Amino acid sequence: MLSDFIPFFIQLGIAIGLSFTLLKAAALIGPKRANVIKQGTYESGMDPIGSAHQRYSVKFYLVAMIFIVFDVEIVFLYPWAVSFREFIAAGVGPGVLGVIFLFVIILAIGLVYDIKKGGLEFD
Amino acid sequence: MNLAWYWTALIAFGIVNFLLISASVLVYAERKVSGYMQNRPGPNRVGPFGFLQPFADVLKLVFKENIVPTAANSFVHSLAPMLMVVIAMASGALIPFARGVVIADMAVSVLVLLALTSISVYGVTLAGWSSNNKYSLLGGLRSSAQMISYELSMGLAVLSVVLISSSLNMVTIVEDQGGGYGIFAWNVFRNPIGCILFIVTAFAETNRAPFDLPEAEQELVGGYHTEYSGMKFGMFFLAEYVNFFIASFVIVTLFFGGYLLPFESVLLAQFPGLEDSILLMIMQIGTVVLKASFFAYLFIWVRWTLPRFKYQQLMTLGWKYLLPISLVNALLVAIGVIIFS
Repeated sequence: MLSDFIPFFIQLGIAIGLSFTLLKAAALIGPKRANVIKQGTYESGMDPIGSAHQRYSVKFYLVAMIFIVFDVEIVFLYPWAVSFREFIAAGVGPGVLGVIFLFVIILAIGLVYDIKKGGLEFD
Repeated sequence: MNLAWYWTALIAFGIVNFLLISASVLVYAERKVSGYMQNRPGPNRVGPFGFLQPFADVLKLVFKENIVPTAANSFVHSLAPMLMVVIAMASGALIPFARGVVIADMAVSVLVLLALTSISVYGVTLAGWSSNNKYSLLGGLRSSAQMISYELSMGLAVLSVVLISSSLNMVTIVEDQGGGYGIFAWNVFRNPIGCILFIVTAFAETNRAPFDLPEAEQELVGGYHTEYSGMKFGMFFLAEYVNFFIASFVIVTLFFGGYLLPFESVLLAQFPGLEDSILLMIMQIGTVVLKASFFAYLFIWVRWTLPRFKYQQLMTLGWKYLLPISLVNALLVAIGVIIFS
């Protein structure tokens, strides 16, 4: 039911209110003495060399892509997990498990391929 | 539980305050425990046994200046700590504290919890990116890679619990562990590998040692919160402690019988008058807080015992060990469910 979510949104609202209050209270009470050195970017005492907003290593994108594949896989497994007992009650439990097993095997081959290709080496 | 919205709001307000106070107690506990582990007394000046130290720290943080670096994106710089606090506090709505005492008793509360865990990746990543500082950026990137890697094993560990109780509702998962075998009906005995997997991934998701790479001091200064000071830093700190307390509650709820007393069904058979009484409710709240406190202590204990992983060790553990193990575990649990039903 959608109405079940209302209490959750009430809690979310209170949490947002709390974080606003913390931020605003500190901004109101705290001193405001701006100065160029203090507002500078910290780089172990040196003047920063270039901006930090540069290109990232492609390894991070690779991890993200593999993550999406497996995350979608897990999302597919959840409906099966919830209704697995109903399948067993209907007498098709082992058959359904076999299908899921096949599905997991296909993705596991992908994981093994990725590991063999060195897609998850980070040295 | 169908209460009027203002009662729900009142209880939600109470739970947010409970989490705030428990965060300060946990900060005190961590400093005291680490002190004793390193053979020093820890905080002992402010109040009796230094108990008022975290409150003094909060006051100090409020009175500090809010420094935003000129190079930073000031909106995202403020958004990131807010996001962390909001996510941490909102997760409190999903935890069942006693029979009937849960704010959001929805059918898919486990999924909502996983979704909130995923969103907290944004808090760290945005903090790292918006500071426009190389240390912060590396901390944020590491953290996002770490959190998404361990999220998979966490999702599969939760999946094995869902297979056993065939429900995504946390209250149903807790009640499912109240079978006739007392504590042996807890999921930790029915699904021990899943329990260990979930505890390990919970450490990684909350960025606690030995998985606290995003804030590895030797390499990255403060990691994603290098450029944060004053209350914004305090909010990251608060979110970290609330997060690992919530994680302890989730471990207890999914694997250690949640609010159920040990051998509750035996106890209720002995004293039928206890059912639906206020006394039982208080005992259940005490039980879940006690169990969660143990796991919060475990978080602190591990932090001061184990050294930090290297980055490639962390990714190797996540992808080459935990992910295959959790996949196999989910299938094994499914076979077990067929055999035992």
